[in-house]
Amino acid sequence: MISLFKHNNYPNFWKEYLTQFKQKQSKNIENTRFVIFDTETTGLNTKINRILSIGAVSVFDNTIDISKTFEIYVKQNNFSAETVKIHGILKEGKLNKIEESNAIEKFITFIGNAVLVAHHAAFDIEMINMALKRMNIPKLKNKFIDTGILYKKLEGKKDKHFNLDVLSDEFKIPKHDRHTASGDAFITALLFLKIISKLKQQRNLHYSDLFRASNRKGLL
Amino acid sequence: MKNTIAERIYDFLKNFPPFDILEKDQLLLISSNIKVTYFEKEKFIFEQDQNPHENFYVVKDGAIGLYRAMDNEQILVDICDEGDIFGLRALIQGDNYLLNAKANEESILYAIPIQLLKEIIKTNDKANKFLIASFSTNIRSPYAKNNNGHLFANEEMLQLNQSDLADIQTIKYSKHPITCSKNTSVKNAADIMCDKRVGSILIVENKNPIGIITDKDLRLKIATGLFSIQNKVADVMSSPVITSHEKITTTEAQIAMLRHKITHLCITKDGTPNTELIGVLSEHDIVVLHGNNPSVLIKELKRAKNINTLRYIKNKSYELLKGYIEQKVPLIFILNVISEINDALTVKAIAFSLTEMKSDPPVKFSWLALGSQGRHEQLLITDQDNALVFENVNEEDYSKTKAYFLKLAKKINDKLHFIGYEYCPADMMAKNPKWCLSLDEWENQFNTWITKPTEKAVMMCTIFFDYTLVYGDTNLVQKISESIFKSITNYEIFLNFLGRNAMENPPPLGFFRQFLVEQNGENKDQFDLKSRALMPLIDAARLLTLSHHIKDVNNTIARFQKLIEVEPQNKNVYLSCIDSFKILLRYRTTQGIKHNDNGRYLDLNNLNKSEKLKLKGCFSTIKNIQELVKIRYNLAQMM
Repeated sequence: MISLFKHNNYPNFWKEYLTQFKQKQSKNIENTRFVIFDTETTGLNTKINRILSIGAVSVFDNTIDISKTFEIYVKQNNFSAETVKIHGILKEGKLNKIEESNAIEKFITFIGNAVLVAHHAAFDIEMINMALKRMNIPKLKNKFIDTGILYKKLEGKKDKHFNLDVLSDEFKIPKHDRHTASGDAFITALLFLKIISKLKQQRNLHYSDLFRASNRKGLL
Repeated sequence: MKNTIAERIYDFLKNFPPFDILEKDQLLLISSNIKVTYFEKEKFIFEQDQNPHENFYVVKDGAIGLYRAMDNEQILVDICDEGDIFGLRALIQGDNYLLNAKANEESILYAIPIQLLKEIIKTNDKANKFLIASFSTNIRSPYAKNNNGHLFANEEMLQLNQSDLADIQTIKYSKHPITCSKNTSVKNAADIMCDKRVGSILIVENKNPIGIITDKDLRLKIATGLFSIQNKVADVMSSPVITSHEKITTTEAQIAMLRHKITHLCITKDGTPNTELIGVLSEHDIVVLHGNNPSVLIKELKRAKNINTLRYIKNKSYELLKGYIEQKVPLIFILNVISEINDALTVKAIAFSLTEMKSDPPVKFSWLALGSQGRHEQLLITDQDNALVFENVNEEDYSKTKAYFLKLAKKINDKLHFIGYEYCPADMMAKNPKWCLSLDEWENQFNTWITKPTEKAVMMCTIFFDYTLVYGDTNLVQKISESIFKSITNYEIFLNFLGRNAMENPPPLGFFRQFLVEQNGENKDQFDLKSRALMPLIDAARLLTLSHHIKDVNNTIARFQKLIEVEPQNKNVYLSCIDSFKILLRYRTTQGIKHNDNGRYLDLNNLNKSEKLKLKGCFSTIKNIQELVKIRYNLAQMM
């Protein structure tokens, strides 16, 4: 009962988000909407550091639709001068920034029930979950894919672990706007498309393969 | 909202036509509505006969091969790489894809909604022109069914831009004004004007100008009977005159003329009417200076009294040509103007030479321009190609008649050389005894070439068939033409030989990356624009018009136009030939002006995308017309 009561108190955007997961979802790569995203943060500690910007693009049927991209900058009092040199976002910059809760609402509305994709996804997802927690909202319900792990499914790459720069070079993706959320999201999206295409060449790839861990013995 | 990715796409697209000529907000709109698609190697983007997509494509990375499926074979038609557009034709024309598009390497494409582009080209004329031009040059035949009209309007759409560089220059005025005293009678003044062929006379007193009489005064005051021709000029002259110092600029002079409603300014030593008259500046001088009025240049040419003036006008015609090319004046117009000037210069050189001869020509003769001048396609002056024909004479008179015309021809050739037309290195000039012949001799010569079509004979025909009468008797030329057609009718196979000659230079298929992929697989960095691109069109036009016995049409464009009349079923092929010819000739001229040479060879590495596209399209036109010639003359069997 308590949970039901709580549920009713969630903001509308979250209720709408939840209803989308009640629908049956496609189990086919071409018919699945993927949202590839990246966050820039004040640091790497998900407990104390905060989100400065979120960039996301959506992929459907091997295609990135630029008219449906997401780019947002967040106002934060918790600010670390240390990381400015990485992401270049100043506390009082010229960028149009919005409140964290507003940014999260917009992001949740953008992603809907899409499969989330990020490079080292666990960190970015946790950053979003922590922000949701501050709004008294539970965690994300989306399935997600880590391109770092997806890469390991390729033949001969099982034990490799690389950052986005190295993978961009390997897959010949131009590293424009590295360390901006949108730029990294776009690079990750291309990486995602290319890894999937390679996997398809190597084997008969199924939707469910995308989510399985690579180190399971006996499978794949 | 900030859109970093769209900005990055913008940065990429802005380097390639037609995106480089879009307004910034137009291109940003496109960039933020693009779909980025990834294609694995060997995957099809679209296939032949499919319905068109909603988007056309720009290659971001990789290479897309365009193939035509024919009898279970995939024929590579073109390869698109970074920045190339493909898949647009079907969308604009609303019919199905004509080719297969397949990723030759893994590729990233930008898919752009056609609707967006359609809206933009409505308001962006330049982009519209680019697309039309690249259509005329697009992969398949540029003469696809819906192109009628606007494709070819491309050349004609270009507007004349008036640019007045001369505005701030000082004017060259006439330093030897024609004058008379105030007691001269109107009749005497008019006699002087006639004698000196001028439209005005200045009345001076103690060397100072006190009045002027112009053609207009004679018309208004004398011819109407208001004054008699016995009256003194002082009675009818306009007085006082408007004077100026010699450093006056065009603009100042024009303003002064407008303000005083006059057509002549007197130039005096200190600029006032109280000092010595040193020259006169007419409205005509200003127009001449502006140079963008070719009819004035030709008028000036007709009034030229010595060969130095001819040389001066010849130089000026080059400046005129430069201006026309820069201002993108329609090519037909440029060809007409420059050819008329070339012909008028030749006529004048002939007239000067005739006055130098001790006697009048013993018989009638004609001066023929050959080759590019004969075709009225000579823009950059290459060299002289000409010939002379004279009436048949009795055997006993022949040698002295020929001697007379050889002497005359030499004078003319030398004068043309002085004016600025180089001597022909192959000596195809009228002063060469081989090309200064009587009518009978010419008829025999052509008949020999036609009935014994050795390689050299056919080559000669390609030069001598394109003759135009520049000066002299029309009848002689008419007779030569009749005789040529008679010879050809009696010896039809000659056309096959001419056809084989027209096939000698197959066009390259296309560009791949930096290189030109020729059908024989050979790569070349220097491209021979004349023999590989222009000559095949010129040769085909000549051959086909000859086969229809079409006389007196020598210009390549006019020949194709004539062919459209007689072969309406091939209208599209011929229209695309005209368009390609214009593009190529303009291109050659631009190159020639840029490098100060004859524009014949061009460095492919210096071409930008839009130029490559245009050239590529011209090549496919050439391929089509050669195909037509090949089939018509059964040339496959001959080769």
